[in-house]
Amino acid sequence: MAHQTPEKLVIVGNGMAPGRMLEELFEKAKGRYDVTIFNAEPRVNYDRIMLSPVLSGEKAYTDIVIHDDAWYATNGVTLHKGAKVAQIDRAARTVTAENGITATYDKLVIATGSSPFIIPVPGHQLPGVLAYRDLDDVEKMLAGSRDGGRAIVIGAGLLGLEAAYGLKRQGMDVTVIHLMPTIMERQLDPAAAYLLEKALTERGIEIVTKANTKRILGETKVEGIELEDGRIIGGSMVVMAVGIRPASNLAKEAGIAVNRGIVVDDGMMTSDAAVYALGECAEHRGTCYGLVAPLYESARVLADRLAGGEAEYHGSVTNTKLKVTGINLFSAGDFADGEGREEIVLRDATAGVYKRLVLRDNRIIGAVLYGETSDGSWFFDLMKKGADITAMRETLIFGQAYQGGSPLDPTAAVAALPDDAEICGCNGVCKGKIVATITGKGLTSLDEVRAHTKASASCGSCTGLVEQVMSLTLGEAYNPAAVQPMCTCTELGHDDVRRLIKAKGLKTIPAVMQELEWKTSCGCAKCRPALNYYLVSDWPDEYADDYQSRFINERVHANIQKDGTYSVVPRMWGGVTNSGELRAIADVVDKFEIPMVKVTGGQRIDLLGIEKEDLPAVWADLGKAGFVSGQAYAKGLRTVKTCVGSDWCRFGTQDSTGLGIRIEKFMWGSWTPAKLKLAVSGCPRNCAEATCKDIGVICVDSGFEIHFAGAAGLDIKGTEVLGLVRTEDEALEHIVALTQMYREQARYLERIYKWTKRIGVEEIRRQIMDDAERRKAFFDRFVFSQKFAQVDPWSERVSGKDKHEFRPMATVGFSQAAE
Amino acid sequence: MDTNWPTENWHSIGDISDIPLRGARCVRTPQGKIAVFRTAENEIFAIEDHCPHKGGPLSQGIVHGTAVTCPLHNWVISLETGKALGADDGAVRTIPVRNDGGALFIALESLMIAAE
Ligand SMILES: Cc1cc2nc3c(=O)[nH]c(=O)nc-3n(C[C@H](O)[C@H](O)[C@H](O)COP(=O)(O)OP(=O)(O)OC[C@H]3O[C@@H](n4cnc5c(N)ncnc54)[C@H](O)[C@@H]3O)c2cc1C
Ligand code: HEM
Ligand code: SF4
Ligand code: SF4
Ligand code: FES
Repeated sequence: MAHQTPEKLVIVGNGMAPGRMLEELFEKAKGRYDVTIFNAEPRVNYDRIMLSPVLSGEKAYTDIVIHDDAWYATNGVTLHKGAKVAQIDRAARTVTAENGITATYDKLVIATGSSPFIIPVPGHQLPGVLAYRDLDDVEKMLAGSRDGGRAIVIGAGLLGLEAAYGLKRQGMDVTVIHLMPTIMERQLDPAAAYLLEKALTERGIEIVTKANTKRILGETKVEGIELEDGRIIGGSMVVMAVGIRPASNLAKEAGIAVNRGIVVDDGMMTSDAAVYALGECAEHRGTCYGLVAPLYESARVLADRLAGGEAEYHGSVTNTKLKVTGINLFSAGDFADGEGREEIVLRDATAGVYKRLVLRDNRIIGAVLYGETSDGSWFFDLMKKGADITAMRETLIFGQAYQGGSPLDPTAAVAALPDDAEICGCNGVCKGKIVATITGKGLTSLDEVRAHTKASASCGSCTGLVEQVMSLTLGEAYNPAAVQPMCTCTELGHDDVRRLIKAKGLKTIPAVMQELEWKTSCGCAKCRPALNYYLVSDWPDEYADDYQSRFINERVHANIQKDGTYSVVPRMWGGVTNSGELRAIADVVDKFEIPMVKVTGGQRIDLLGIEKEDLPAVWADLGKAGFVSGQAYAKGLRTVKTCVGSDWCRFGTQDSTGLGIRIEKFMWGSWTPAKLKLAVSGCPRNCAEATCKDIGVICVDSGFEIHFAGAAGLDIKGTEVLGLVRTEDEALEHIVALTQMYREQARYLERIYKWTKRIGVEEIRRQIMDDAERRKAFFDRFVFSQKFAQVDPWSERVSGKDKHEFRPMATVGFSQAAE
Repeated sequence: MDTNWPTENWHSIGDISDIPLRGARCVRTPQGKIAVFRTAENEIFAIEDHCPHKGGPLSQGIVHGTAVTCPLHNWVISLETGKALGADDGAVRTIPVRNDGGALFIALESLMIAAE
């Protein structure tokens, strides 16, 4: 079609989307339109996504210009720079800029992009609070960075992290504040987020998650921020990167249909047939896009329409890459778990690689790649095409180039350990020594390795690892015994996991799952509580307990009953009580109409049938009388039963009650692999039944006989004798050391008698009775850990901790029903 | 998720941040408790808070993937279908939920009819 007089096409906004659209349009229908562009920014069209390299100094502005002045001249386009359109008059078909320039249109394209969202906290208008959207913002950041100091970036999404990296490269100290527990949560699953956070931290960027900004501090300019929890972070610059809003106001004021963005149909037309919207300001089928690829797809459609065609836009599947030098990250599609969905996970801890594909009906619907992203576009392509991957399923995750490869080597985690990593904790043998001894002496069997290195010769819990070291050193020649894996999420057994947590210094659940190459993205109800225990036990001061990985009893500090109510057992130290305590219990029973009060086998009182919502109030009343939690729900210290001993009993040899109370006061609050119940009897008549307990004491004239590894549950078993000690102090030290050894070495849910059976009574005696230095070290580690563990969970919750656990989220439907 | 319900049947129940990640909260309704879950991936699901085995409160279980393990006897229930996974047989009702940029709603049409 030839046109005599060109139609007038006016474009508001000169961003990437209309830039691409014009290129396509000029190819299809050159000369059909007389084009005028208004741009609020005083410059030509540049590659906005490359602003981050400009900020970091890796590129200059001139490198990222898409259309230079000559391009506009050649194509006869009038570009008004620095001219922000203030008004559209649809009746007169004109647009008018703030600076007074007016233009008439036959067709109008609104391409105003987005505006950064600024959280309206107090202080947000202070100089030094910046957004990250255009070149002006970058120039302000560069100017601010010249004085050094600390920059605070609010929001750990794509933009925030790129800004943080750029500012770091410019020599600033950088802290990123993020509301959610993991960074880039919209693009990444927690596993990939862990790796990214680690990589950024290694680059010197500090990341604070679960942090809500309360206000920005400063009188005349930014001096820092205050978080909701009271923390203050000093800094001279605040960059807000918390999200964008489609810039749809101009259209709205002109009476064009606007939802979140400007509503367009499949031909990119707005509610006014002469007006189109394109780019981030447009909303197509309920979606506003914030990435270039989908905008380019719709730009092609609009160009076709303006050229008289019938093309339709049907929405896009998007993917994300982070542009931080040295970090490779790719995410696309829907990567949540779900019914009928399967995942393929590949982790290579040595190389810092995490890849996860989510499949449904044998088709890829989502992908997260970290560390190794070269197959991103291949996966993305398979995903967009909806290709059936059944035929290459086994090797799919290895990528396009790797069809037919062998599965991952299970010894990879051990291979990655440095030579000085300790393999055998009992005898302090490191990996290098084992390897050297095997090769030096030509060893081929586990027994030989035990004999020559002492590794795995004591408690034996490192056997799995020693065997893996042997496999690595001897290759095919060595065939290790099969280890029972912890659960279906891993090939590793409990012992291997425990040792590797220590050897590799793993301190969070995502860290364990990544570095030990878990096969699932977030574990299961078997491994998560176990990992949580191992981490609590190994890093008492550093590990933040993950409540969502604890069973309900340990999460709400009460015992769930078959009807969903709870029972509450306050501590009665050594089973001793008094009238004040009993009166307080009686009052609580009356006040909360507690249906059942029962004396337990552990010498204390159980209050049963309490509604979850009442728990904090019950605890508050019990707390006023001096009660703390009896931890009757815990894989931890439960009770210390006692008899009345030498204070009252005619047979008593020692103050068994006093010792029991002393032990309980020393050890309460500690977490153990399984529950731990103790007893102290004042003489061998053994009224406290100490010889079927996890740890028991029989007092005799010459001192205290310490017993352990009894059972009186599903199995019945008398205790083993650990040894005889003279004084109460010694008794306490031995009991505590034994408990700590058990805490450090046993598998989760393994009672002390089963652990003992596995590693042998002799070995335990050797470490606790015969080796004073080791005993003292165990004791000291227990004491250290108690600093963090001995906090009464009830009083914490009475003062408001975990409020959400005890209240319904909402109550709905009742009032309407009553009407 | 069914989002074509008439708007009056959607009941606001709060904000996504009220629920811990990999956790759950309960909502009381005239027909018993509904458990609202939030997965590690920030998806929201609602099902009856009543295990098909012996009525255990599913909201109190450990959440992993899009499933929850019942606190009483460890049945694993799919949050998407309400069906027991693995060897166990049984199902709970799922409730439509809507997540409007963090604001959560559940649809209670059948409940309302029953309650009137
Ligand atoms: C730092 C940064 C990094 C990014 N990285 C990536 C990435 O890696 N990958 C990716 O896909 N996307 C990325 N994006 C997003 C991408 O840049 C945008 O999706 C894309 O630029 C949007 O194009 P647009 O044409 O819709 O809007 P824009 O490019 O924002 O252009 C809109 C223009 O309109 C002007 N304007 C607004 N109102 C008016 C008015 N009333 N009158 C006149 N002019 C007006 C604005 O000043 C602006 O120049 C990034 C964005 C930023 C800011
Ligand atoms: C869901 C499972 C269980 C629940 C809810 C439960 C609950 C309890 C409670 C509340 C007490 C009183 C505790 C106290 O005074 O601190 C108790 C005591 C006891 N339980 Fe359990 N229990 C469970 C499983 C078991 C198992 C599997 C065994 C055996 C292996 C066991 C053996 C005992 C023993 C021996 C006592 C008496 C303790 C003592 O005298 O010191 N229980 N139980
Ligand atoms: S165990 Fe010995 S000291 Fe204790 S009450 Fe019984 S008989 Fe007395
Ligand atoms: S013995 Fe059995 S029924 Fe009785 S409280 Fe213990 S677990 Fe429950
Ligand atoms: S009631 Fe849920 S598993 Fe038994």
